[in-house]
Amino acid sequence: MSSLLVVSGLEKAYGGVKAVNNVTFEVKERTIFSVIGPNGAGKTTLFNLLTGIDKPNSGSILFKGKELVGLPPFKIASQGISRTFQNLQIFFNMSVIENVMVGCHRLGKTSMISAIFRLPSTLKEEKFMETKAKEALKFCGMEGLQDKMADSLPYGQLKKLEIARALASEPELVLLDEPAAGLNDTETVELSNLIKKIVENGITVLLVEHNMGLVMDISDDVMVLNYGQLLAKGPPSQIQKDPKVIAAYLGEE
Amino acid sequence: MRLLGLGIFALIIAVLPILFPENYYITVVGVTMFFNVILAVGLNLFMGYAGQISLGHAAFFGLGAYASAILTTKFGWNPWAAMGAGIILVWLISYLVAKPILRLKGHYLAMATLGFGIIIHIFLVQYDTLTGGPDGLSSIPELSIFGWPINTDLRWYAVSAVVMLLSILFSLNIVASKHGRALKAVHGSEVAAEMMGIDTSKVKVHIFVISAIMASITGSLFAHEQAFVSPDSCSFFFSIELVTMVVLGGMASTFGAVFGAAILTYLPEFLVVFQDFKVLIFGGILMFIMIFLPEGLFVGLCKFVSHFKQGGRQCLPS
Repeated sequence: MSSLLVVSGLEKAYGGVKAVNNVTFEVKERTIFSVIGPNGAGKTTLFNLLTGIDKPNSGSILFKGKELVGLPPFKIASQGISRTFQNLQIFFNMSVIENVMVGCHRLGKTSMISAIFRLPSTLKEEKFMETKAKEALKFCGMEGLQDKMADSLPYGQLKKLEIARALASEPELVLLDEPAAGLNDTETVELSNLIKKIVENGITVLLVEHNMGLVMDISDDVMVLNYGQLLAKGPPSQIQKDPKVIAAYLGEE
Repeated sequence: MRLLGLGIFALIIAVLPILFPENYYITVVGVTMFFNVILAVGLNLFMGYAGQISLGHAAFFGLGAYASAILTTKFGWNPWAAMGAGIILVWLISYLVAKPILRLKGHYLAMATLGFGIIIHIFLVQYDTLTGGPDGLSSIPELSIFGWPINTDLRWYAVSAVVMLLSILFSLNIVASKHGRALKAVHGSEVAAEMMGIDTSKVKVHIFVISAIMASITGSLFAHEQAFVSPDSCSFFFSIELVTMVVLGGMASTFGAVFGAAILTYLPEFLVVFQDFKVLIFGGILMFIMIFLPEGLFVGLCKFVSHFKQGGRQCLPS
């Protein structure tokens, strides 16, 4: 199994605070790689660096062998990386299916001129995107909700909507930022099954999550961050026994 | 189904002048309304859908109008060539302006576009050797289509109606495509839009340029219709009026913009009977609408109707 994502020596400082400090890791294809750590450990900063929302001070991010550092977010997205957000970033001014169809944006090739005159190429593309979006909604168990306005959905459904939107862009790597936050137990089990299904479909998942049960249950690899530094890395069974990890979470004696 | 509203609207517009061929409010004010609709529909793409703001949109209308006026009266150009030159000029200027100022958001963007509008206005007033200064330019030649001169109210009504219907159609088409969704995505969440592969700054620049070009074409038509342009017709107040049309009708709704433009064109005409109190009543009505229908008249009424329908259905025994 080859590595899809290779991150080396990644650093990001906000003033004197090093939010991400010399972090190096690899994510193998078709696996679930989880990033855990106490609040303020730099997990979301790491996601923002990977997706180009923030620029690192140094280090490199290779995706399929291609350097991502310095690219704007939309170009990184067009390489086949998609993400969800910890604080929801739903397009509340659109219907559910439109939200997901925005996910298909990068798959569309038609020009504005074609859209203005609604040429056959645009009509064909609209059909394609609609089908694609419906598939993604079905995959996430949201069929039947497509014509609702996004702002009328409950929180749990919005979380799933973000995943559906991310999947609609046919990514190779999906970054899920705390997908289980705020979900009840039933919804968390559903989510866990959904993430497993995503990987079965050949997509690699990078997960930031506080729900340890979920992380230990589904991850292939776990990386622990603390104060921006890499504390430990390995399969879940090994991480659970690591004294440094236990100390970071529970405090030392 | 998608174009049902447009079809009905087109039908009404086609029938009205047949029923009332001599009516001032239809054949004369109608043309002004059609021009306003084109401007509002264009601005709505930028404001309503993409969620930006422009307080200087009248400047593009003015640039189009003056390009036509100057090139036809001072240089003897063919009106169509002058209109084309206006489009290219506005294309360039709006692109150059958009690049830096669309990085701004909210109040800052409002200020920057306001400043741009005022600069253009000052230029038109001050550069009097070319623009005629505050007096403007008159005796602009009439427009003709393949030797068919547009020289009567009814002909202008027909021509401007066609251009307006096309602009509505194009707007509806854009909205119902991936480019339209990109606009709404920029409005909804810029960071999420970027993560879905949308080049948000390019999207904003594109739609700004498109709405500027729509304003330029309208300006050229206006110059030929009135045979006269002056800086007053593209002042800061006109920019504000355009913004009001979009907001009043309802943001992010093409027919909302049509509605808003219609009201802002006709209301002052009908309030003339109140003479000095005209402006007062006009302002009062606008305030009333915005307080009770903050989503805009058209969008608000649509929601009210659909709410009423749903409510009625829920009352039925299941």
